[in-house]
Amino acid sequence: MLPEDLRYSKEHEWVRVDGDQATIGITKFAADELGDIVFVELPEVGATLSQFATFGVVESVKAVSDLYAPVSGEVVAVNDALRDSPELMNSDPFGEGWIARVRVSDPGELGGLLDAGAYGELIGS
Amino acid sequence: MAYTPHTDADHARMLGAIGVASIEDLFADIPPAVRATRFALPAPMAEQEVRGELSRIAARNAVPRVSFLGAGAYRHLVPAVVEEVIGRSEFATAYTPYQPEVSQGTLQSIYEFQSLICELTGMEVASASHYDGATAAAEAALMACRLTRRDRIAISSAVHPQVRAVIRTYCSGPGIEVIEVPADLAEGGSGLTPVEAAASVLTDEVACLVAQQPNFFGGIEPMAELAEAAHAVGAQLVAHVEPTSLAVLAAPGDHGADIVTAEGQPLGIPLSYGGPYVGLMAARMASVRQMPGRLVGATRDAQGRRGYVLTLQAREQHIRREKAASNICTNQALCALAATAYLSAVGPQGLREVAELSMAQTRHTATALEEAGLAERRFGAPYFAEVAMRVPHAARRHAELAAQGIVAGYVLERDYPELGDTLLLAATELTSDEEIASLVEALEATR
Repeated sequence: MLPEDLRYSKEHEWVRVDGDQATIGITKFAADELGDIVFVELPEVGATLSQFATFGVVESVKAVSDLYAPVSGEVVAVNDALRDSPELMNSDPFGEGWIARVRVSDPGELGGLLDAGAYGELIGS
Repeated sequence: MAYTPHTDADHARMLGAIGVASIEDLFADIPPAVRATRFALPAPMAEQEVRGELSRIAARNAVPRVSFLGAGAYRHLVPAVVEEVIGRSEFATAYTPYQPEVSQGTLQSIYEFQSLICELTGMEVASASHYDGATAAAEAALMACRLTRRDRIAISSAVHPQVRAVIRTYCSGPGIEVIEVPADLAEGGSGLTPVEAAASVLTDEVACLVAQQPNFFGGIEPMAELAEAAHAVGAQLVAHVEPTSLAVLAAPGDHGADIVTAEGQPLGIPLSYGGPYVGLMAARMASVRQMPGRLVGATRDAQGRRGYVLTLQAREQHIRREKAASNICTNQALCALAATAYLSAVGPQGLREVAELSMAQTRHTATALEEAGLAERRFGAPYFAEVAMRVPHAARRHAELAAQGIVAGYVLERDYPELGDTLLLAATELTSDEEIASLVEALEATR
């Protein structure tokens, strides 16, 4: 089940918009594909993300993938809990497993992302 | 493992798949003018003729009767057990196995090597080794750039000139700027890296300071102060060290080094005209994901038995491709094994004796030259087992002694124009009092 209130990228990140801020994570599909996640390289607070550029790395027991920013903006918070408990990205990808929160610099970018229906179609669910 | 060459039919299918008519067409981009068409090879020879020819060539190698040459590679006793261990057929390969976990013995030996290097350097994690000390130092500089997300490094001019050259080569590709910190080489100077000079180039754009301990001139650098200066701007200290010196000097991990590299040759590896040698690298656990090269870890198998694995492979090129921590390194398994066997054979006390005897014979060399009125120390700082001596007409006399089979150290003017008439002399536990006397005598005769 894909949360209806999120926007999705083709790179399997999700965005939850709250005012001028957006929370970013990876989708359950991505987490399942990666398998047990063992390490996340988080961006630094204050870093500037550009839409679709890499902003971190997620490492599982079987693969390593780049994280692609679904929106541009300045990082205002990162999920420090992932440093010790990266498995939160597997167990609760849309909640406790969030990665970073950014101040959205171009809300227009959000329009280019997928809604739950379109993303569901992309992953064939 | 069966090896079955491709058949003509296989070739035809592969060529068809990529749309090329013949194998020759694959080389169409290479202009005929630069293609090798004829090779100037001698006529075939019988085995005994080949042996004779190779022996004739090998006899042209100049093996000195007496040598005080160090400058980065040092003649030490290699206990017979080292060659015995590395000569075992199970180990006699210089390369990481491609199905590593099948080779538990190889992985265990690498794990023990890493453990020894951590103990020696006072660091938390060591890699499975690198090509040599210079490439390890260059990898450390790149690692510091990744860790700090900066693209500028500072390096002391008292770091081995060839290590500096390799670092410059490694930095030229990614466009990393290299700033040199001039060592105090003035008349009456220390021969060390001045902390103020280092501090003056260290800014929040500099990823690391690379310093060598003991430095190229044998001098004992103020590593703790250099580390402090680097840390003050958020930069790392890369300590490039000589491994036997660690038996008597403070461990780099205790004076604030963030990454430690070394040429491992003094640990049981013969001089062999320059290689193969082995690079050592150790770091803090917090930096492990940016460490280049292979890492062996200990774990438990499904039955709870201790086992060894290649760990954190996600940093490596076969998984991370172009984003790997390094695409230009491998380990030197056989030389690392030699170092492991050496350290195990001599033990902590033996290594200390090697260092102390080397120091004693180097001091004996310097004193004998001074007392004969032939040379004087060029720098004032305390030194380990290598010393820079001012010798009038150094280059001429060095050449004259070499013709007699005596290598009077290294002519520093080759790399440091300001250090004319200065020889860098190293002695080890293998340097006899007679050899020192013959150096004095030969220098006396060339006055």
